[in-house]
Amino acid sequence: MKIVVCVKQVPDTKGGVKFNPDGTLDRGAMLAIMNPDDKAGLEAALRLKDEYGAEVTVVTMGLPKADEVLREALAMGADKGILVTDRVLGGADTWATSTTLAGAIRNLEYDLIISGRQAIDGDTAQVGPQISEHLNIPVISYAQNIKIEGDSVIVERQYEDRYHVVKAKMPCLITALSELNEPRYMTPGGIFDAYDAEVTVWGRADLKDVDDSNLGLKGSPTQIAKASDKVRKGAGEVVNLDPQESVSYIMGKLTEKHII
Amino acid sequence: MGLEEYKGVYIFAQQVDNKLSNIAFELLGKARDLAKDLNTDVTAVLIGCGVKGLADELAQYGADKVIVVDDPELKEYRTEPYAHAMASVINKYKPEIMLVGATAIGRDLGPRVSARVATGLTADCTKLDIGDFPLNPIEGREQKHNQLLMTRPAFGGNTIATIACPNHRPQMATVRPGVMQAIDKIADAKAVVEEFNPGFTPNNNYVEILDIVKSVVDVVDIMDAKILVSGGRGVGSPENFKILEDLAAAIGGEVSCSRAVVDSGWKPKDLQVGQTGKTVRPNVYFAIGISGAIQHVAGMEESDIIVAINKDETAPIFEVADYGIVGDLNKIVPELTKQILAVKAAKA
Repeated sequence: MKIVVCVKQVPDTKGGVKFNPDGTLDRGAMLAIMNPDDKAGLEAALRLKDEYGAEVTVVTMGLPKADEVLREALAMGADKGILVTDRVLGGADTWATSTTLAGAIRNLEYDLIISGRQAIDGDTAQVGPQISEHLNIPVISYAQNIKIEGDSVIVERQYEDRYHVVKAKMPCLITALSELNEPRYMTPGGIFDAYDAEVTVWGRADLKDVDDSNLGLKGSPTQIAKASDKVRKGAGEVVNLDPQESVSYIMGKLTEKHII
Repeated sequence: MGLEEYKGVYIFAQQVDNKLSNIAFELLGKARDLAKDLNTDVTAVLIGCGVKGLADELAQYGADKVIVVDDPELKEYRTEPYAHAMASVINKYKPEIMLVGATAIGRDLGPRVSARVATGLTADCTKLDIGDFPLNPIEGREQKHNQLLMTRPAFGGNTIATIACPNHRPQMATVRPGVMQAIDKIADAKAVVEEFNPGFTPNNNYVEILDIVKSVVDVVDIMDAKILVSGGRGVGSPENFKILEDLAAAIGGEVSCSRAVVDSGWKPKDLQVGQTGKTVRPNVYFAIGISGAIQHVAGMEESDIIVAINKDETAPIFEVADYGIVGDLNKIVPELTKQILAVKAAKA
């Protein structure tokens, strides 16, 4: 079985977000990590490899520095890493990102493609389903459990109040939730090997069946009109009343905000 | 593409088990505002099996027209037949704007459809307006009017971006549930109902649903909760968390806690909010008996609304709280639970 895992290098928003004095995000001061949902997707692929035997290829699109997440993936146990990097790919929205990744994946053999549900920087959850559409294969989003049965994959697909047990013929794309599993650590030997390993680097010319008009900033239907920091909120109102009045006060606020 | 051919504000009227989801009404409320600014009307796209009877309800919440796609293949949500239904509606009716709820269904359907009809999609919007793009005139560049300006948080909520889709139609957005307001129900409203069935032939993208498990999940992830009722050392004892659990059950939230509570062995680590626990951003965060140390605040300050209840009026939690109550949580919390239950009972 051949599995392709799509991963993204993202700034770590969990360890606190750093701002420049002018109020813009200080990306340089934040640690770059493998997106958590993608890491769960990679772990899922590695578990399928342990159980059924599989070749796991990890693909990322980004700056040359994104090579780091591929080496992390190799040190965890992935077999191959592919970095898709080219100036013309910069500034892509989810449409252009998904056409690019689909173009890269068309060069590969695959039974299963796994991506994370969403990246913690863009938070869109769009790239996985869009890749599946470009490749004309089924998508199962929000996977919380993955099993293989013959030429099919059986997945628990999560919704707000239920899950569906879904069976799809491979090839198929799955988007993974970070709750899916606890990703393994890199092994020390794996880290050494990962730094000696060759990472394949692809540019624009290596993308298959993709039109220039669908790449990068120029190929992005959506455009940013404005971006600004979230206004940091200050202290609100504090009241010191008897319990009955306090509760009336909170009830009023909760009703006003349509919470109850 | 001839952009001017695309007209009308459309919404995806999500239904599950032939019951309309609240997000459908919220989208209709917003769609009415947008349609007014554009001098056009509002159409709901209703996809399912045996769902035609829901059209009146959509009219009562503001739909001028309802397009019904009804087929046995659409009984349960599956990506391919729903994407086929919606993409076919878009190709036939050419809407200018298409809004979809950012639910577990909408966040799967939206991107698949946008890729199929080759247009832009903005995710999880919290604000939608009609305006100019670019916002201000730029010399040598055409400024387009009457564009959908889609505003959304990104970067874990640390930045706010406003996005437009000037050269592709429809302008598609998924909209965060709970943000837009439904209109008051218009009892006698009727919509124009049009049935449209593009035909459904199973292909390799059709998946098979083996089982449907409606779950009351035991192990909840507090990071996904919309409402958190969080307790700190001030709660006093593990037994006393019962009053927080009652409040959480009444308001439809989950219980979380501070590190002090975990260190005391009152609650498991996976409920801990803060720098060494989980970072949460629910719609409402009740900080009950939590002093508000910076390590705790780091994990919850992005919550939309913070309600703090603490007997110490100098507690730092009040510096980040939207609404602060100084008082005894043992008196306030049970009373709050009681009143919430009373309001809910009156509504039901």
